[in-house]
Amino acid sequence: MSYVIKGETCDWEVVIGLEVHCQVISRSKLFSGASTAFGAEANTQVSLVDAAMPGMLPVINEQCVRQAIKTGLGLKAQINTRSVFARKNYFYADLPQGYQISQADQPIVGPGTIILDMPDGTTRNIGIERLHLEQDAGKSLHDQDPKRSFIDLNRTGVALMEVVSDPDMRSPEEAGAYLRKMRSIVRYLETCDGNMDQGSMRCDVNVSVRPVGSTELRTRAETKNVNSVRFAMQAIEFEAARQVGVYDGGGEVVQETRLFDAQKGETRSMRSKEHAHDYRYFPDPDLLPLVFDQALIDEIRASLPELPDQRKDRYINTFGLSPYDAGVLVADKDTAVYYETVAQGRDPKLAANWVISNLFAMLKGHGVAIADSPVSAAHLSKLLGLIADETISGRIAKDVFEIMVESGDDPEKIVAEKGLRQITDSGAIEAAVDAAIAAGTKQVEQYRGGNEKILGWFVGQVMKATQGKANPGQVNKLLKDKLNG
Amino acid sequence: MTKLTDLTIAGARDGLNNSDFSATELAEAYIQAIDAGGDLNAYITATPDVALDRARASDDRRAKDAPLGAMDGIPIAMKDLFCTEGVLTTAGSHILDGFVPPYESTVSANLRSAGAVMLGKTNLDEFAMGSANITSYFGPVKNPWKAQSGPLVGKDLVPGGSSGGSAAAVAGGLAMAATGTDTGGSIRQPASFCGIVGLKPTYGRCSRWGVVAFASSLDQAGPMTRTVQDAAIMLGAMAGHDPKDSTSAPVAVPDFEAALNGDVKGLTIGVPKEYKMDAMDPEIQALWDQGIAWLQAAGCTIKEVSLPHTKYALAAYYIVAPAEASANLARYDGVRYGLRVAGDSLDDMYMNTRGEGFGDEVQRRILIGTYALSSGYYDAYYIKAQKVRTLIANDFKTAFEKVDAILTPTAPSAAFALGERQDDPLAMYLNDVFTVPTSLAGLPGISLPAGLNGAGLPLGLQVIGRAFDEATVLNVAGALETAACFHALPGTDKGAAS
Repeated sequence: MSYVIKGETCDWEVVIGLEVHCQVISRSKLFSGASTAFGAEANTQVSLVDAAMPGMLPVINEQCVRQAIKTGLGLKAQINTRSVFARKNYFYADLPQGYQISQADQPIVGPGTIILDMPDGTTRNIGIERLHLEQDAGKSLHDQDPKRSFIDLNRTGVALMEVVSDPDMRSPEEAGAYLRKMRSIVRYLETCDGNMDQGSMRCDVNVSVRPVGSTELRTRAETKNVNSVRFAMQAIEFEAARQVGVYDGGGEVVQETRLFDAQKGETRSMRSKEHAHDYRYFPDPDLLPLVFDQALIDEIRASLPELPDQRKDRYINTFGLSPYDAGVLVADKDTAVYYETVAQGRDPKLAANWVISNLFAMLKGHGVAIADSPVSAAHLSKLLGLIADETISGRIAKDVFEIMVESGDDPEKIVAEKGLRQITDSGAIEAAVDAAIAAGTKQVEQYRGGNEKILGWFVGQVMKATQGKANPGQVNKLLKDKLNG
Repeated sequence: MTKLTDLTIAGARDGLNNSDFSATELAEAYIQAIDAGGDLNAYITATPDVALDRARASDDRRAKDAPLGAMDGIPIAMKDLFCTEGVLTTAGSHILDGFVPPYESTVSANLRSAGAVMLGKTNLDEFAMGSANITSYFGPVKNPWKAQSGPLVGKDLVPGGSSGGSAAAVAGGLAMAATGTDTGGSIRQPASFCGIVGLKPTYGRCSRWGVVAFASSLDQAGPMTRTVQDAAIMLGAMAGHDPKDSTSAPVAVPDFEAALNGDVKGLTIGVPKEYKMDAMDPEIQALWDQGIAWLQAAGCTIKEVSLPHTKYALAAYYIVAPAEASANLARYDGVRYGLRVAGDSLDDMYMNTRGEGFGDEVQRRILIGTYALSSGYYDAYYIKAQKVRTLIANDFKTAFEKVDAILTPTAPSAAFALGERQDDPLAMYLNDVFTVPTSLAGLPGISLPAGLNGAGLPLGLQVIGRAFDEATVLNVAGALETAACFHALPGTDKGAAS
């Protein structure tokens, strides 16, 4: 399913690289003791260091280093036991130091890999170039006063991990899958909450195009600060088409920074290369090189939780799920945990079907997250138990499920109260079968004439007569015996 | 009895312990001297109320027989580069207009906890950038020394820089001792010009936390005193590991005063041949030869050593220091504190504020540093300079395999007249030719007054030591001090005060 853009003279493919900024989960900032809690009153979480008072010095927060190592391990990446913090110099009112402390040519994490789970069940390996630690900037508020801008420094100095991919993606779908997988990994690791809507995960999209079959890398444009998976995909679609249009028109794509306008679904030029910042990176003389030994990496590796890829393998190998189902279930940690509770002692495939079709449809309809599901995993598991021991049929189970959604009740209680227990008494079923055959002389003739599909009509009659409670297997068997006999 | 304002720290400690006078009397004597000595312009802000409060507290401690140590009750001046809680801190710049820090630098806090009494904040070159104390927004400092003969007679002389206010205060009787900071020679060169002792400790010995930054990889605080012993006492109170400064060294602070035993017999002293420059002032050469002879007489072995990359030191320094400064000074943007000169846009406000707030020398160094770090020039300038820096450090390392300390002149000349060399930044930068290599290597260096030139102006010798071996540096300096018998005071003939 390659993504090809038809140009005037040839077909084009898109080349995509992503830079994802993940806000590190830590109690205090990267180089100061100020709190990182979201949503506090403006300028209440600012230390002397964050405000860049004269003579203040940064001191590295060990927790942020551990989180970066953990994330690097989650990305199957090389961890550099020696890395260097550098100053990235530029002036802005919400950047008190006049430089951002970041990492340039010696990042804490080197090359790694992220595996994309595509909708058709296949996978794609995308290279990670690096991950580095850096400070976030503050916030400029331009809408509080007609003449002045206000500055909130609460976010100043909060730790970010910037993860840079190789230019390995070839379609908006792959970029979307990359972002979802990245979010999944950091959430499993608990190194970033992955909330793009709150800005704790943000993305810069680098796009270029080239004729299909070519291996060159053409000039790219970078679209900054895209804050949802959907917007990233839209930005790529727009950029790819725009760039093909530029080449078709005989022009050249210029290297520039662009902004995504979510309302119009398009990107706009922000500044060209001529106006690009010269960041004048140099090693921060206030900080020693960041050095740790292999033992720290080993210790963190030993404490890593099961990650989505491992979990997916387990679902395929021990539960016998399809790669697609397994991928869907592990993508979100809450879903995986929910699924495993449902599948406890049940048929894992049946459990997967129920979670992926019935539960997901219900959650989508109600617009709630799985963590807030009106049907608990334990109750859903019980429901599957009732099917397994033939207390109810699969069909009745769907009705019970509806009642569970409305009431939040235990399925056993619902079955008992509503008298939904399956009829397995062969005498009662046989009576209903006989009544159906007697009522449908025409249908009997058709069946015996070779129309086997008409059997469904008889089943329907029996179910109607038993309010759907007759055991479907028994009904089928009896009908066939009698009609064939 | 010696005037209270002529005492050394060691002498005052004895006097205080013997109840010959109180810390309050000491402080009052200095407060009067500061009032009377305003012509030197050594202080930007005098803090008599703070001084008297702390002096009284010190007297209370002594009355309870619980003094805090050698510095308790000692009146000192603080270079106005150290942030002091509740006291205006300027860095000699207009851009910090009205800035009163809500915090105290680690070094000044250490001195305060040791009982030292702060008399005020001393003048300095703007952001410690200068070698003559002529770049301060608060005006130049005058050297208390006057030429007795020759062309400089009757002229006001510079005190050296950047710690010129501290040096002038200590030499001129306006403080018993003072803090300084040294980036390329800013403690040692003014100490030499003003006839006092100035010690730049090993990089990492004293915390930089709360010291307004000039060049982070070079800045180091140190004592400026009247004797080597005083420097040992005061350094002990300033130094120590500080977790708030990542570059502060986690090493123990020895008892420097106790280690000062005057015994240098058997030490090997290096004399670097590359420091013998063409066109060297013969009086400086003579003093250097004299220093060598004194140490030989004290039982040292003298050995010529080679520091082959010395000639590149000044050039490397004037890349590295401005590069760091260009980033360190970016925070003075008019947004949060200090001066703000309004403009029609954010960029205009930046330009107006920084254009008015920074003086010429600071702007010059920001431009040099910005240029050196720019894309396309970074490798040729900054990276090259860092390589030179490593080579210079290796030069010293090799030399210190053969010698215990190195003896050099502190500065290539004595104090010069105010207004001289003012329009020639390169000539001004040459003041630091003997002190900059030590700074680049992060090593300790001390300047002690060793004699007077023909015009009656003091000249200093520099002793350089291994990293964190201030004890040996002090000891060698002590031996030279004893031999030099330097008791001259500004405005007097050599030896007249002894």
